[in-house]
Amino acid sequence: MKISDELIRYLESLARIELTDEQRAACETDLQSILSYIDTLNELDTDNVQPLSHAFDVSNVMREDEIKNGNNRDAILANAPHELDGCFKVPKTVD
Amino acid sequence: MAYEMVIGLEVHTELATKTKIFCSCPTQFGGEPNTHVCEVCSGMPGTLPVLNKKVVEYAIRTGLATHCNITRMNKFDRKNYFYPDLPKAYQISQLYLPICTEGYVELTGGKKIRIKEIHMEEDAGKLIHDATPDGTLADYNRCGVPLLEIVSEPDFRSAEEVVDYIEKLRAILQFTGVSDCKMQEGSLRADINLSVREKGSDTLGVRTEMKNMNSLRAIARAINSEFERQAEILEDGGKVVQETRRWDDAKGESSGMRSKEDAQDYKYFPEPDLPPIVITDEQIEAIRAQMPELPEDKKRRYMEELGLPEYDTGILTGSVALVKLFETVSELCGDAKTTSNFIMGDVMRLLKDAGKQPEEMDFDPAALATLIKLLNGKKISRQTARKVFEKVFSDHIDPEQYIKENKLEIVTDTGAIKPVVEKVIANNEKSVSEYKGGKTQALQYLIGQCMRELRGQAPAQEVTKMLKELLDNQ
Amino acid sequence: MELNTLSAIELSAKIRAGELTVKQALDDAYARIEAQEPKYNCYISLCKEEAYRAAEEVQARIDSGELKDAPLAGVPVGIKDNMCTQGVRTTCASKMLENFIPPYDATAIRKVREAGMVITGKLNMDEFAMGSTTETSHFGATKNPCDPTRVPGGSSGGAAAAVAAGENLLTLGSDTGGSIRQPASFCGVTGLKPTYGAVSRYGLVAYASSLDQIGPLANSARDCAAAFLAVCGRDEKDATSMDYHKFTLADIESYDLAGKVIGIPSDYLGEGIDPEVKQAILNAAKQFEALGARVEEFAMPIVKYAVPTYYIIASAEACSNLSRYDGIKYGYSAPNPANLRDVYFKTRSEGFGMEVKRRIMLGNFVLSSGYYDAYYNKALKAKKLIQQAFFDAFQKYDMLLGPVAPTTALKIGESLSDPLKMYLGDIYTVMINLAGLPSVSLPCGQSSENLPIGMQLIGRPFDEKSILGAAHRYQKDGRAE
Repeated sequence: MKISDELIRYLESLARIELTDEQRAACETDLQSILSYIDTLNELDTDNVQPLSHAFDVSNVMREDEIKNGNNRDAILANAPHELDGCFKVPKTVD
Repeated sequence: MAYEMVIGLEVHTELATKTKIFCSCPTQFGGEPNTHVCEVCSGMPGTLPVLNKKVVEYAIRTGLATHCNITRMNKFDRKNYFYPDLPKAYQISQLYLPICTEGYVELTGGKKIRIKEIHMEEDAGKLIHDATPDGTLADYNRCGVPLLEIVSEPDFRSAEEVVDYIEKLRAILQFTGVSDCKMQEGSLRADINLSVREKGSDTLGVRTEMKNMNSLRAIARAINSEFERQAEILEDGGKVVQETRRWDDAKGESSGMRSKEDAQDYKYFPEPDLPPIVITDEQIEAIRAQMPELPEDKKRRYMEELGLPEYDTGILTGSVALVKLFETVSELCGDAKTTSNFIMGDVMRLLKDAGKQPEEMDFDPAALATLIKLLNGKKISRQTARKVFEKVFSDHIDPEQYIKENKLEIVTDTGAIKPVVEKVIANNEKSVSEYKGGKTQALQYLIGQCMRELRGQAPAQEVTKMLKELLDNQ
Repeated sequence: MELNTLSAIELSAKIRAGELTVKQALDDAYARIEAQEPKYNCYISLCKEEAYRAAEEVQARIDSGELKDAPLAGVPVGIKDNMCTQGVRTTCASKMLENFIPPYDATAIRKVREAGMVITGKLNMDEFAMGSTTETSHFGATKNPCDPTRVPGGSSGGAAAAVAAGENLLTLGSDTGGSIRQPASFCGVTGLKPTYGAVSRYGLVAYASSLDQIGPLANSARDCAAAFLAVCGRDEKDATSMDYHKFTLADIESYDLAGKVIGIPSDYLGEGIDPEVKQAILNAAKQFEALGARVEEFAMPIVKYAVPTYYIIASAEACSNLSRYDGIKYGYSAPNPANLRDVYFKTRSEGFGMEVKRRIMLGNFVLSSGYYDAYYNKALKAKKLIQQAFFDAFQKYDMLLGPVAPTTALKIGESLSDPLKMYLGDIYTVMINLAGLPSVSLPCGQSSENLPIGMQLIGRPFDEKSILGAAHRYQKDGRAE
């Protein structure tokens, strides 16, 4: 897998991160070497192997439909960088 | 050239659970912003989701009611995207193993709309755009309210089919107790995927999407408008652009939404914080056994057992509120047919005049049952029943008291009728002699006078009989 | 009395016996912390006010007899700064959360308080637990108390160094791919990475959700066992946490190695390992034999795929888990954004350090459409094979023995320039997280440069008892002089 400048820019866009030119160049080199190494995984035969997302065979862990939380607005908003009228505030999302 | 529209629908319905899908906050609509929010649904660092049992049960109920297969091994996946209404920056949903697959909903004419899948997911928050000129405000009360997304196959060919489907689906969701489907509160909303092709073609055209439509009228208008727009483009030899369009109901037109400048890729992957949900046959059968009677079954029963006309049963079973009214009233008064007629006629008319939905009815069904009993017992006339019901519907009056106070009861006692008839004969010598001279119209006039004196509250037959008797014996 | 020569259990016993107050123990801890912090930088934040208030409450609970059977009551404990502490800032060593004050306690923190421990402050780490050196911290690197020119390992570098420096007898860290065991090894202390699901993750700021676990670091397996028993168990707020058959400290103290079979994956002693580390592991094996166990080597060829599998899965989960840091709800928010796009891009570009960005980029790559099957799904399959290899081994062996890291502690700055080299240093630890197994890291010797060498004992799922018991036996009776 060859890492191109274009791919890095695409990943930046997906990640909502903008790298400086210098960081981008370094990132390209690093990702290239990491991915080349990661590609050794292709040697491993995984045909007929089920992907394992949860380490242990646990299922049906659920809770009852009971209200336990009350109004906790002040605590929830306490860390908000910008707050107005009990809401989180962001720049206009529509024109 | 002749064109046809091909429509697929994604209907989102908020479930009527008490709490959110992944935390114990209330789902209640409205409320001051961010007052139904905890560290979990506001996406605080370190918090984890725990699934609400009821959501799974409701999803299975919906699947059974729409003839779906129920997936035995369920998993949740993360759908990743950045937006201020999504505090975790991912929505927990089901991509790879949705809980229900391959069902259908039958439309009025018998056409089946295939359901591709139904999956469980969480709702996003609400953005408020008009509160302040320099920004948008985010309210997370709705974050984490459980949703079912019901995805149809592209089986619709007209706006009418879409509206019929949504109405049928709404009735199913209401009857199963899964959702209250208040479209005006956004608890039922539809994304419309529409493409246009030459009639007879079996390939699909390029589709556009209109999201979050929550009024049936707007949906019908949007569909017809979008069909015309696309057909015109094709007619002119142009190409439809795949895009999301925003429907402006006030202007009666849609516009393309600005394509996002940044890359979008939902990067779905299995949700590591939630273990799988395994559903057994026993569980499914237990839920099936507790399922309330569905609209289509009710309809059949009303026709077969109660002998109601098909059209009427269709209307009645289109709404939980109407069914509830019908069943309560007919049980109290013991006359299903009259109850049905009353609902089909008077109730529907009054609802329409008031611009109300059946769910908004707030009168006492017992009052209507009382009226029907009085009517059947010939204690009041049909006309009185209708008039009094108007008062029951709008002012919640007690019908018996009202009838008594306004002397609306039918006078059946001949002793009470006789003096009135005698008085009319005495005061209308001219008509009496005309009658005796052979003018039959004169009798009609005298009957009319008697009825007026009795304020209509006596059987006309009874009055005529007595009048004739007295005149002939004079 | 030199309190730092006691074990945490002994310190608590003295406090509960009335020989010492909780406040005196806390005074002593803070005196050591303040004397040494300029040298080692183990802590990001101290919370003295809260600690002294807690000390009073704990003292009252001890005096009332409520905590008479709580083996760690009164012990000052340091917490890695990725566990939410209500009212005390929790930074994850990132500029992004520099001023974040959680409105709630992590479940493990609640349990620490219930057990009567007193939280002294929040410990340094690699930013968002991404790193193996504690050099990626926004608050500066932590230095290894065994040799301050060297790193303490990571990501729980502060938690390991604080124990090594005697600032705390006990700390809580977290381990996603070795983040408790490797710093324990570099700093010469004992650390336990519990079975996945044994300790609730609720309130642990997520790095890679399917791999993260909270665990203790201390001077002995016995102290680690006591701390583990205090924090483990099913939590209704973490659906992946599990009911756990508890053992007692007495089970650890009486654990017998006679007749036990210990396996050493020969692939853990192959290419890339420092000969001194290898020799220390082989020496430890001999001591386990002397204690009655049978030790044998076996092949585990899948070891070479562990690091690629780990970095795919961990980066993928991380890129999703770290998307919530957007400058809207909490944490850093870039000043004067022109529009919403600016809020995201500037906040995240300015708030995250380079190693975090690198892993987010990698995670985005392996999850993006077109690459998902080739990378992420492939890694989930490899994970299955890795777990299977362990389960197969446990058919024959009661536990496994191996090195924690290929080398001893590196010089500060040595690995930062080459991320791949740093990732390869995780080869012996990441597999255990992928398989969900418990593992205890403990010192087993010193290098010619007097640097600690660590070994790990890997157990069957939920069999912390055996590995802690064996580690305790080794620490009590097996140390070669």
